Amino acid sequence: MLAETARKLVEGKAKVARIRELRRPDHPTGFSRELFAEMAELGFTALSIPEDFGGMGLGLFDLAQILESLGRELAPEPVLTTAVLGAVPLLRGGSDDQKQWFLPSLAAGETVVTLALDEAGMRDRWFSPKTRLERSAEGFALSGEKIQVADALVADAFIVTCESPSGLALALVDAKAPGVSIERQFRVDSRAVGIVRFDGVAVRESDLLQGDARAILQETLDRAAVALSAEMLGAAEKAFADTVGYLKERVQFGVPIGSFQALQHRAATLYCELQLLRSAVMAAARAADEAPEAFPRLAALAKATANETFLHVAKEAIQMHGGVGMTDEFDIGFYLKRAQAAAVTFGDTSHHRRRWAELNGY
Amino acid sequence: MSDLEAFREEVRAFLEEHAPKSLRGTSPCGPFDGYWGGKKHPPVDPDVLRWRDVCYERGFTAPTWPREYGGAGLSRKHAAILWEEMRAMGLPRPVVGFGFAMIGPTLLEYGSEELKREHLPKIARGEIRWCQGYSEPGAGSDLANVQMRAERDGDHFILNGQKIWTSHADKSDWIFCLVRTNSSAKKQQGITFILVDMETPGVTPRKIDLISGSSPFCETFFENVRVPVRNVVGEIDKGWTVGKALLAHERANIGSSIGRMPGSGQRELVDRARRHLAWSEGKIEDAVLREQIAELGMIEEAFQLTLDRVAQKAQSGNPGSESSILKVVATELKQRRYELGQAIGGLQSLGWEGPGFDADDLAFTREWLRSRANTIEGGSSEIQRNIIAKQVLGLPEVK
Ligand SMILES: Cc1cc2nc3c(=O)[nH]c(=O)nc-3n(C[C@H](O)[C@H](O)[C@H](O)COP(=O)(O)OP(=O)(O)OC[C@H]3O[C@@H](n4cnc5c(N)ncnc54)[C@H](O)[C@@H]3O)c2cc1C
Repeated sequence: MLAETARKLVEGKAKVARIRELRRPDHPTGFSRELFAEMAELGFTALSIPEDFGGMGLGLFDLAQILESLGRELAPEPVLTTAVLGAVPLLRGGSDDQKQWFLPSLAAGETVVTLALDEAGMRDRWFSPKTRLERSAEGFALSGEKIQVADALVADAFIVTCESPSGLALALVDAKAPGVSIERQFRVDSRAVGIVRFDGVAVRESDLLQGDARAILQETLDRAAVALSAEMLGAAEKAFADTVGYLKERVQFGVPIGSFQALQHRAATLYCELQLLRSAVMAAARAADEAPEAFPRLAALAKATANETFLHVAKEAIQMHGGVGMTDEFDIGFYLKRAQAAAVTFGDTSHHRRRWAELNGY
Repeated sequence: MSDLEAFREEVRAFLEEHAPKSLRGTSPCGPFDGYWGGKKHPPVDPDVLRWRDVCYERGFTAPTWPREYGGAGLSRKHAAILWEEMRAMGLPRPVVGFGFAMIGPTLLEYGSEELKREHLPKIARGEIRWCQGYSEPGAGSDLANVQMRAERDGDHFILNGQKIWTSHADKSDWIFCLVRTNSSAKKQQGITFILVDMETPGVTPRKIDLISGSSPFCETFFENVRVPVRNVVGEIDKGWTVGKALLAHERANIGSSIGRMPGSGQRELVDRARRHLAWSEGKIEDAVLREQIAELGMIEEAFQLTLDRVAQKAQSGNPGSESSILKVVATELKQRRYELGQAIGGLQSLGWEGPGFDADDLAFTREWLRSRANTIEGGSSEIQRNIIAKQVLGLPEVK
């Protein structure tokens, strides 16, 4: 039902064309604050946060359906960021204080907490960050540089992956803390990401997430991969539907181009791939809630499949639109840009295939 | 406990008590894919027949068929549980073949009461083996172009002509055919669907060798074959509708029989990699082949999940255009699996027979060759894509 609401909302107010507005360098956030507030009001951010912390206590399966709807129009509002990148590490490793402080306002969409994960040259070595947490008189000092941090411009706090004297650590850092600086980056998919630099930022013991940092990070990455796959599923399906629509409309040689078998067969192939993607995403999202032992494998399956399928659909979509597909004025190109960005976020295909092989014992 | 859970318990108890020990764990990963039945079946392990009999008594060989025709009258959901539990114990399906998978469901939908009573229980018991007389030299993808003639002579038809690619015709007892009863009408409109006892004088199957060296199929000649009119399924001249419905069952069966062995492709390839490739620290050293196996394993899993999803969605009995999707994906997946297996085998994948090759590798090579047929038989992948484009995506016909 929430998925239906999400779909109506994006169709009514968030058509993909608005990216042309959001991508302008002077746009303050890269997404719509009003729309995000409305999404929060509808429960999108509260959905997967436990009821004890002001959420709705639903699982990844429900969240995935919302993200799929948002994905159809490539809506960049920070729902995934809030509900996964911020909430999951806090839920797993946050102290009671941290949870009490952050989770209710994340649920309400009033706060954005994001994950400062990637570094230049890091690729998928997320468990060996160069960002360092060193002992200092007051506790620790954090130094390093994170790139393409999702929603960095609007984040109230960052969960920073870093190397501490005792190994991998996750530090919760206030965005306004002295020594934190944020610089906007402009990306092919127009998402408002940024470089975040930490220059000897003071971190207290109590700012570190507790428990096994590797396990927390792995679970966050798996959940993020599946959440993003759901978004990609929605996007791929929409790009495909628009393309099939175009095949029926566009006339050449006196007939709709959709009557050409060369195009029919390629459309049929894409349709089959989309069916497999849907199955993989639904199974992975469901496993997160119901079958934790199967979840890591299925997360790898979902993301690798989403990477391949969304890119394939987006490339074919442009080809089948011909010249107009190449124009900035036409929307279909946004899907290719997003497909490429999403395909290298939270694990590219090669990463997930290697992980799958490992989890299957070869 | 829900009704379905209770049924699962009941099935488990049934299998625990009745499934022959010798058959447990032999299938679906093992070599035995089930009992094809028929009067010409070579001698078989008595446990296979015992297994068939205990299942038949409960209606479990064809569980969704009504009881009066030898089934158990189960819903698709209940039947899915039965298959799942058999699969979990590595048990083969008690009866398999074109009777169970194709003509049975078609008779249920279109057959006269008389034909149902005559044939369905025998199919469910695996007493009669069926083959498919659709293709002819001039009618492959363009199936509606069948030319085999059926001329009326009182309460009989007299059949003359040739069928081709008739799989297992030499081992079958009956054949279901598309024949031409009216050549003046539009080609789809003069076709009749008819059942023929292969012992009728004038029916002659002749084996054809495949590139894999085996001869699972035949040309089947018909010379003045007298067939009672009551053997027509559906109406005279309206057999095309019946024939197409059967094709959907055929495709669905090809798709789901491949999916009936979850993970088996990946398992087989990893086993092969253990024999043929270098490993270090528990990993296949060759990064390219390793990634290709993972790619295949993932498609296989996504396909399995899709089968489950389709099964949950389909409330009523008959497969529709989703059977085309499943057929395309399943058959291309299967081919990919054998190609990759051959790549893993290297020189050892080249054996035909004789010294220097072990039995598994020899069998694999034959299967690799056989798998090329998967995207041709049962309607080629191109034809399936035509169906998806038109029936699912609503793309226009070529003018
Ligand atoms: C192992 C095996 C078992 C078989 N068993 C049986 C059986 O038991 N009973 C039975 O009746 N038949 C059987 N067949 C026959 C099978 O159904 C036909 O081979 C199949 O329908 C293709 O027909 P064809 O061989 O005449 O090829 P053709 O129709 O001549 O096709 C040749 C090529 O042209 C392509 N093509 C044809 N039409 C189109 C189109 N409209 N658009 C795009 N491409 C097109 C095809 O896809 C194919 O690639 C079997 C075949 C094989 C290989």
